Formats: sequence, C-alpha cells, structure tokens
Amino acid sequence: MKRPLINLQSKLAFLQMLLILLVPVNVLGAEGDYSLVIQDHKFQPSELMVPAGKKIKLIIENRDSTPEEFESHALNREKVIAGKSTASIFIGPLKPGRYPFIGEFNEKTAQGVIVAQ
Amino acid sequence: MFGTAVIVFREVLEAAILIGIVAAATRSIPGRNRWLVAGLLAGLSGAGLVAAFTDAIGSLASGIGQELFNASVLGIAVLMLAWHNIWMASHGAELAAGARAVGSAIRDGKRECSILLIVVGLAVLREGAETVLFLHGIAASEGAGASSMLSGAMAGLVLGIAVGYAVYAGLLRVPMRWFFTATGVLVLLLAAGMASQAARFLIQADLLPSLASPLWDTSTTLPESSIPGMLLHSLIGYDARPAGMQMVFYTTVLVAIAVGMKLANRSTRNS
Repeated sequence: MKRPLINLQSKLAFLQMLLILLVPVNVLGAEGDYSLVIQDHKFQPSELMVPAGKKIKLIIENRDSTPEEFESHALNREKVIAGKSTASIFIGPLKPGRYPFIGEFNEKTAQGVIVAQ
Repeated sequence: MFGTAVIVFREVLEAAILIGIVAAATRSIPGRNRWLVAGLLAGLSGAGLVAAFTDAIGSLASGIGQELFNASVLGIAVLMLAWHNIWMASHGAELAAGARAVGSAIRDGKRECSILLIVVGLAVLREGAETVLFLHGIAASEGAGASSMLSGAMAGLVLGIAVGYAVYAGLLRVPMRWFFTATGVLVLLLAAGMASQAARFLIQADLLPSLASPLWDTSTTLPESSIPGMLLHSLIGYDARPAGMQMVFYTTVLVAIAVGMKLANRSTRNS
C-alpha cells in the first residue's frame, strides 16, 4: 500500500503550490479612472487618451440592451459586459503608443483605440 | 454570416481541441464515451446558465466576479488535468496493456472518468457561455438576419468540431509506444496554457501584478488572430503579448505537473 501514499503526497504538494500562487497580492495606490460608453454598438469616445507608464482602471458602461465583449489583443484583455451594465478592467502600465480595441460582438461598428502618452 | 462563423469558430475551437486531446488520452478507459457525452451536456446547460446570469456574476466581488469566475474555472481545469496526467503516469501503461486486475481498473477508471467529465464540462461551459451571449445579442438586435446568423453559427461550430476531431484522429494514429508520451505532453501544455490564462484574468481584476507587460511582443510575426496563432493559443497557450506573471504561472504549472508525473512513474516502477 506504499504507492497510493506517495501519490497522495505528490498531489498534495502540487495543490499547495497552486494555492500559494492563488493568494491575491494587493496592489497599492489608487489609479486614475477612465470611462468609455457603449451606445448603439459604438464606443464613446472612440479615442481615449491615457497617461503612459501608469496602471489605469477602465470603466466601461454598456448602455445597449445587448451584451458586448470588450476585447483587445494589443492590451491583452477581454471581458463580457452585460446589457445595461457597467464593468471595470485594469490595464497598463502602458508604453506610449496606440492600443486598438473592439467590441467583439459588434466588430463592424464597435471600434476604438486607447492612446497612451 | 461570415463574421458570426468566425466568432463561433474561435470560441468552439478551444473547447474542441481540449476534448480531442482528452478523448484520445483516455481511449483505453472503459465507458469513457458516456462520460464524455455527459460532460458535454453538463457543460452546455452550464453555459446557458452562466450566459443568463452574466450580469449577476459580473457584479459579484465589486465588479470582478467575471474574472474570478473565469480564473476559478480555469484553475479547477488545471487541477483536473494535472490529476489526470499524474494518474496516467502511474496507471496508464498497465491499463493499456490489460495487465491490471479488472476490479481496481474499473474503480480507478471511474474516478478518472469523473475527472474527464469535469474537464470537458468546464471547457464547454466557459467557451459556450460567450457563444450563447454573442448569438443572443445578434438575435436581439437584428431580427431579420436570424437565419443567416444561424447558418454562420452552424458553420463555425462544424469547423471547430472538425479541428477537434482532426486532433483526436491524428493522435490515435500515433504508435502505441509514443502514445502516452504524446498525449501526456499535450495535456501538460494545455494545463500550463490554462494557468497562464487564469493569471491574465487575475491581472485584469488587479488581484495580481503583471510583473512585465508585455514580456514580449510577437504580434507582428505571429498574431493571435491568425489561424496558426489561434491553434497555438488553444494547444500550448500561445500568447502574443503575455504578462510576466502569466509566464510565472505557465512555468510553475508545467514544472509541477512534470515533477508529479515523474514521481508517480517512479513509485509505480519501484513497487
């Protein structure tokens, strides 16, 4: 009956490792808040200026009744925002540059760009 | 129609590839088809529920409910895949060779199958929920395009399943000598990729620091929106602009499971 014991130990060790990793690290400092609005499947403003080199909280209000998925490969972010609701996403710190994003569910109209400077 | 097909394909692809690999990896386990189907059905009904409660889930934990939910789903899947691989490392070869006593094989096989059910169910749940929301959104906004939307969704679904099946069929052609190594490595990479995605959600929710963002940028040479990029993303967790923390998660899970497999394998041989 040696085998199951050793197995169990290695599994437990593995679990512990994962748990340690999952403990949240609280990040200090208040960051700037920046707002986007989704209306008629469009982002307003379609170009949002943010400071470079700082973490930013993006607050996105979806005024449409249908859900939207904020997606940006450039920012490496994706989040579903239910209809008539508000969601927040943390981005950055960004290097200066242009970071396009889309509303994946309405890609034709829902497009915008975040400009970090 | 084309846009719908692409989005549905993208969502289905990840789950389909996972199911293809897991189905191949568990081919020697008795009764695995029933469990596979059960996992699929559980995942689909779960996806409907998650889609219906997106709003409620999103507003949990002061607005980071969605990230926590996704990260937890991914985290559980990583644990299950780790368990699967470590179990396979100690029992897989015996099971395949039929050398194992029937009773214990069935008992162990059952536990392994319930893990299979959870992994498949979670993959379908996560990807399915987004698809349901997306289709529901279009159906609500353009009433006239319903049939075009439906055919687009079907095309995306069929294409995604075809890729998953191709992965499955391809793996079955791998000679038995290398089969367990091949599926083991694939499951290992799947798990590491999922851990990296979980890290991304926790960074997005500001629960983890990004460490370096991005660690590298290969978006011009191999964009994630390209077909090879999408396949690599689903298979090995490729990310064109990963955060440093994602790499930490990826490597940790990779090493932890590999060590677990080594230990399990050794303890089997020694006894």
